[in-house]
Amino acid sequence: MTQAFRTTSGGRIDRRKAINFTFNGQSYIGYEGDTLASALLANGVHLLGRSFKYHRPRGIVAAGAEEPNSMVQLGEGATTEPNIRATQISLYEGLTASSVNVWPNVEFDISAINGLFAKIMTAGFYNKTFMWPRSMWMKLYEPVIRRAAGWGKAPTQTDPDIYDHMHLHVEVMVVGGGPAGLMAALAAGRAGARVLLVDEQSEFGGSLLSKKRQIGAKDEAGWIADMAAELEAMPDVTLLSRSTAFGYYDHNYLCVLEQKTDHLPAAERKGKVRQRVWHIRAGQVVLATGAHERPLVFADNDRPGIMLAGSVQTYVNRYGVLPGKKMVLFTNNDAAYEAAIDLQAAGGDVVAIIDCRHEVSGELVDAARALDIEILAGYAITGTSGGKRVESVEVRAIQKGAKVYTSAARQIDCDLVAMSGGWSPVVHLFSQSQGQLEYDEEKVCFLPGKPRQAQQVAGALAGQFTLKECLAGGYKAGADAARATGFTPKRKPAAPEIEEPDLGGIEPFWIVPGSRPIGEGMAKHFVDLQNDTTAADIELAVREGFESVEHIKRYTLTGFGTDQGKTSNINALAILSGILDKPIPKVGTTTFRPPYTPVSYGALAGRNLGDWSDPVRVTSIHDWHVENGALFENVGQWKRPWYFPKAGETMHEALNRECLAVRNAVGVLDASTLGKIDIRGPDAAEFLNRIYTNAWAKLGIGRVRYGLMCHEDGMVFDDGTTARLAEDRFLMTTTTGGAASVLDWLEEYLQTEWPELKVYCTSVTEQWATVSIAGPKAGAVLKKLAPEMDLSHENFPFLSFKEGTVAGLKARVFRISFTGELSYEINVPWANGLALWEAVMAAGAEFDITPYGTESMHILRAEKGFIIVGQETDGTTTPQDLGMDWIVSKKKPDFIGKRSFTRSDTARPDRKQLVGLLTETPDDVLPEGAQLVFDPNVPKPIPMAGHVTSSYYSAALGRSIALALVKGGHGRKGQKIFAPLEGKTVTAEIVDPVLYDKEGERLNG
Amino acid sequence: MLNIDCPWCGKRHETEFHYGGEAHIARPEDPAKLEDTEWAEFLFMRTNTKGYFAERWLHSHGCRRWFNVIRNTVTHDIVGSYKMGEKPPKLPKRTGDAK
Repeated sequence: MTQAFRTTSGGRIDRRKAINFTFNGQSYIGYEGDTLASALLANGVHLLGRSFKYHRPRGIVAAGAEEPNSMVQLGEGATTEPNIRATQISLYEGLTASSVNVWPNVEFDISAINGLFAKIMTAGFYNKTFMWPRSMWMKLYEPVIRRAAGWGKAPTQTDPDIYDHMHLHVEVMVVGGGPAGLMAALAAGRAGARVLLVDEQSEFGGSLLSKKRQIGAKDEAGWIADMAAELEAMPDVTLLSRSTAFGYYDHNYLCVLEQKTDHLPAAERKGKVRQRVWHIRAGQVVLATGAHERPLVFADNDRPGIMLAGSVQTYVNRYGVLPGKKMVLFTNNDAAYEAAIDLQAAGGDVVAIIDCRHEVSGELVDAARALDIEILAGYAITGTSGGKRVESVEVRAIQKGAKVYTSAARQIDCDLVAMSGGWSPVVHLFSQSQGQLEYDEEKVCFLPGKPRQAQQVAGALAGQFTLKECLAGGYKAGADAARATGFTPKRKPAAPEIEEPDLGGIEPFWIVPGSRPIGEGMAKHFVDLQNDTTAADIELAVREGFESVEHIKRYTLTGFGTDQGKTSNINALAILSGILDKPIPKVGTTTFRPPYTPVSYGALAGRNLGDWSDPVRVTSIHDWHVENGALFENVGQWKRPWYFPKAGETMHEALNRECLAVRNAVGVLDASTLGKIDIRGPDAAEFLNRIYTNAWAKLGIGRVRYGLMCHEDGMVFDDGTTARLAEDRFLMTTTTGGAASVLDWLEEYLQTEWPELKVYCTSVTEQWATVSIAGPKAGAVLKKLAPEMDLSHENFPFLSFKEGTVAGLKARVFRISFTGELSYEINVPWANGLALWEAVMAAGAEFDITPYGTESMHILRAEKGFIIVGQETDGTTTPQDLGMDWIVSKKKPDFIGKRSFTRSDTARPDRKQLVGLLTETPDDVLPEGAQLVFDPNVPKPIPMAGHVTSSYYSAALGRSIALALVKGGHGRKGQKIFAPLEGKTVTAEIVDPVLYDKEGERLNG
Repeated sequence: MLNIDCPWCGKRHETEFHYGGEAHIARPEDPAKLEDTEWAEFLFMRTNTKGYFAERWLHSHGCRRWFNVIRNTVTHDIVGSYKMGEKPPKLPKRTGDAK
């Protein structure tokens, strides 16, 4: 029979709309308005999974976000999601779900044998058991643990769903759409504020959805509908249901996950945004996040069918489901009696109420008595039995403070245990916002204390546990929030007449001893159901020396996992407080961190996927490179041609060909990515004088100079050439990767240190495309393209530039060289880059002009001993370390970095200094980054002498070359140095870094 | 995420800004005259303030201007922001949490 546990009437489900779904391969029917959990319970399914460590059968415990057990694998294929709480899955046609952490299946799980070895699987067992031998970790322990533990399976295909992000500014944001939150939104909305109300559930109403209440002339459903209707009619109020505020950050910045289509059948989701992350900045935040019920900790309190009392009430009233037909209630408070009364009224049978308090009285207690429910006051459940479902409980009379109960046990048969240990306000977001918690002895819970942000609290979160208090507290919080953001609240409406039972009392009761001391025998007192942490684990942790609640958490795993200990944290620290004999406030809570409930990576990424995850920058010549077979290298966000292999060529062969073309004829490089900064103003020369290590004041117009930039600590951070375009105007080039940070650096000094200098900096990197031609035939190629331009060495010397026309395009031509060859860098407006490149290729064809990429550029410059910032330097390298004293002015009184060159550390003779290396065997190419030692035969650890910074095979020299930073390297030329590599040690000679054309004769072609 | 009041643009999310460390540390007029220890003081030493702290921010994804902010390093409470060269606003009496 289907839905055998559905009540005959009532609930917020639509009994006319049947919904088919599948769980663990079995087909079931539920109703619209069900969650997966309520639909399974309606069909009598309690066994949903196996526990984390002991693989004990586990079922549904709660009805909302606090659920620790009932995680399922939802959906199949690319859209499958692991570890989703069945209590938060809205049922939809065709839903498919299965248990997690079971093998081979939930009914027969082979790892349940772990339960027999429970003694060795206590707190910290991973740390203890699998430490030794270390070699076994990778081979044996980890794979076995991974199979046995862990929960669901991550999808292996790309997520096909669409996610997006939305930003919103409001005066008042209300979190929680229960009675308090609705009233707060109403008060703020009526005052005229822009209001956002978010609630994680499928509809507003919060706790009212689970209870029967008369509010004025309306029942609870009517009241909720009226509230929602008034709020919806307000133009400046935004209502979001199925929306969880998962993070509360500084200055009232909150993130909300809205689940837009997760409740729809697959066919209706197509093309729609699945989830949206809202980024909210609120003037005031009203937290009305409610409270979670606490379980009681007793022996074998984890069997399927043992649930929270309030959740039982939710299933009965909201979903029309009897989670059991013979219920035992176990409680330390009056409020939970209502669950028993409601279950009985819906057709269930409450066989007994076990109340651990010795004296019980009050309205709800009387009501239960009137129903002829047996109440056992001063009793506790000291054991349970049943396999895949609870079948009976063992109850005993208890004495206060006893460690073991010896009174006679009574067995009570049942199929459902409802338990209530009191209520814990959902302080998660409040704590994330850095508010302090205060322990309330009377209400037996932590409550929000002083807030740190512009914020109000209301409802059960604020300890307002009756509906009457919630409505009043909610309205006040909303009105206060509106007032604080500059609005005038309307007069408070008259409080409606509310019919609700007296709240009654509560007595703290944190752990129920059994017939044997806790930890002895097979019985387990679970504190954290998701992580299988028991009270004995906490005791053991204390015996082993852990006392801080944060340490206990990490050692016992209490509070970890997808539920973050919503039902376990307070019980754990109360038990800890008992063991340490320290009051609860002194023990303190662990830190609450975002997210409140899990958020998928897809939602966090939004649309920032693939090409949108990071900008890709390409030059105006990029398409040509692609068409001509270039392989690319990422330099920052830029794509630069790495090299241009011809068909059948190895990388080595291609590089040799490219390099030899430059040395023997002519090569062409796309240098457009180099950073370019236009620097203007009457003080521009003075500014450069302070920024660069060398002198700039006397640089002639039309001339170019190379410069090094250091930070104040004297370490090189960028280099490049700068041309003087006019008396008050320079064009600076920077490294490709350093362009943005150099501009930042210049602007920082202009704004903060030298605001008196009249200088403006403008990035022009993407205004100019740069084509560099290099090699003995470079002049001949340029002559063909710019017949009007005087290329004679007298009129166009090295380190100068000309403006003119190249290939019919307006151009600036710089005669500079990074290869050591005669070289021209032709700059044309960005859009003309490809036209120039093609003209250069055509003009160079007769000289077999060869395009080359960054790798050949690196080889060519290394042959000349030219540095690359970030390769030969690492932020600890001075110009002197690089042997570049020649570029450091001795005359200038000050420039950035100068003072640091004489610090004792920078003046040390044994600093790592730049040298060249020639390996003893010419074909040995050292790996870049290889460590170097002076003597490989001394006992280990061998003192380090330095490392290889650049290393290549040089076709021009017919052998390998390398650059290295070596301790005291400048004084060690001619000495041997060793690179101990895996399997061999390479011997090299320390030489001058300039290995090709030492005299620089090739610069003139 | 901090809500930072740029003196030119108004309040913007922290993600538009870059942090620039402690404010009001002027580059010495004549570094050559300083002893190594004095230069090291300028170069490396910063206060590690618990409480209200004057710090520099750059509106890097906005107007690209540097300015100063007074922020409580414990509570992240921002008292105000002011342009380079201006005097800082008056600090609240309590300089941090006694936590």
